[in-house]
Amino acid sequence: MPLIQTAGGVRWKKKNLIANPYLRIVIVFSAVIYLALALSSVDVNWARVQEGMGRGLAFLGSFLRPDFFSRWDEIFDGILESLTMTAVATAAGIILSVPVGVGAAGNIAPFPVYFLCRSVIAASRTFPEVIIAIFFVAMFGFGALAGMLTLMFATIGFMAKLLAEDIEDADPVQTEAIRSTGAGFFQILTWSIQPQVMPRLIGLSVYRLDINFRESAVIGIVGAGGIGATLNTSIDRYEYDTTAAILIVIIMIVMLAEYMSGIIRKRLQ
Amino acid sequence: MPLIKKDGAVFWIPRDSKKQLVIWFGWFIGLMLVYLSWRSISANTLWVFAADAPEQLGLMLMRMFPPKIAYMNKLWKPLWDTLNIATLGTVLGIIFAVPVAFLAASNTTPSVRFVRPFAMLILVSSRSVNSLIWALLLVTIVGPGILAGIIAIALRSVGFVGKLLYEAIEEIDHAQLEAVTATGAASAQVFSYGVVPQIMPAFAGISLYRWDINIRESTILGYVGAGGIGLNLSSSLSVLAWSQVSVILLSVLVTVVASEWISAKIRKMLI
Repeated sequence: MPLIQTAGGVRWKKKNLIANPYLRIVIVFSAVIYLALALSSVDVNWARVQEGMGRGLAFLGSFLRPDFFSRWDEIFDGILESLTMTAVATAAGIILSVPVGVGAAGNIAPFPVYFLCRSVIAASRTFPEVIIAIFFVAMFGFGALAGMLTLMFATIGFMAKLLAEDIEDADPVQTEAIRSTGAGFFQILTWSIQPQVMPRLIGLSVYRLDINFRESAVIGIVGAGGIGATLNTSIDRYEYDTTAAILIVIIMIVMLAEYMSGIIRKRLQ
Repeated sequence: MPLIKKDGAVFWIPRDSKKQLVIWFGWFIGLMLVYLSWRSISANTLWVFAADAPEQLGLMLMRMFPPKIAYMNKLWKPLWDTLNIATLGTVLGIIFAVPVAFLAASNTTPSVRFVRPFAMLILVSSRSVNSLIWALLLVTIVGPGILAGIIAIALRSVGFVGKLLYEAIEEIDHAQLEAVTATGAASAQVFSYGVVPQIMPAFAGISLYRWDINIRESTILGYVGAGGIGLNLSSSLSVLAWSQVSVILLSVLVTVVASEWISAKIRKMLI
């Protein structure tokens, strides 16, 4: 605790987050310079902003009177497509992430396998889903198949990375105990590793389901199926009442998914 | 643990049969849903287009190599813009998120019944809507450019930072608050000496993590006109300049890896 002697007695000073004072000054100083540079490179067309404000208010206002009805068929089809994409991509992604995750765990996989699996994970995690979707659309054509493959690819990277970390953190004593019974590699996996990582894996799967649904609403913008296409059209046409309706449906589904995942995770513990 | 006897030997099974049945039923429903979903996707797919995917991939890769390195000179400004969108967006998002987090945490909110649900709604809404959708909307409102990108990133970050921060606030140690209160501190002093130091490490970690994510997200915002390198990606793709696309992808890769490295370094320094 830093204490300072003054004429009036000993004063206590709050501890700093970064202990080294020189480093602190350098960081604050460079942050200020960066912010000044960054802010000066934002050129704002205020006339355009003023013009757009009306539209912004119209958009906010449309949340009070969302229009679910005039384009209900398109909204319903889009949401359904998003949900189907999410379901298949999550299931297939999780199944495929298991071998990749096991291979990417440094404590049980041999180095070449480890390296290969880590590369797959890095490739799928570096690029945003939308960029991957652009490529899958170019390869597989427009529609839900490209979207499903995009989400699946992203799911593999996400789940495999966390699974690998979980396996690396698993208690080696239990593995040792199972191995001492004469178990082979796959028996060690099922009786030692699997029970240790399963609860967290299920929790993460539910979380990924949630993420995939949210992402499925976006990749439609580049033609990969789902509600995104409908959303994009409605914004382009300035039909904010429909936009608001779609966003409300998305938010409701995400809230429901979050509520359900909370229940599932509570029951697991 | 249920044990079963079979042929004179005793077997150990993890669950009894009733529980097993419930679990199998759950699996059945889940698998049916996935199967029906796959059938509907498959029915809506033009398999003729999908069948030649390997060929398309080959063509794409052929067009992407060799990358047109000279194009890099035109990418420095968009990359700088991308960095600014991510950083300023994160800062703006944090500024909005902190008060919302305090309103949402059950131990600091002024009213659990009225204010807290409202704060939670803000957090969920912000997280449910992807930054690209926010960007689409903002481009029509404030016009194309990096301002739309910054606001989009900020709106998206509020939910993420706010959620993790309010969870950190709810986990603080109350003994410390009582200790500070016992010295006769006013509520503002309790806040700055009791609450803030406890959540500061979590706050720094969360902000850094979100910045890292935002770098990735800001690379695509240009696709809908919100500035940054995505703008170059969409214009290169629309004229089928694949050798430029590969340069853009490489620069995105380097930026993302660098930001991950920086945030890992800083995080190690903080902890």
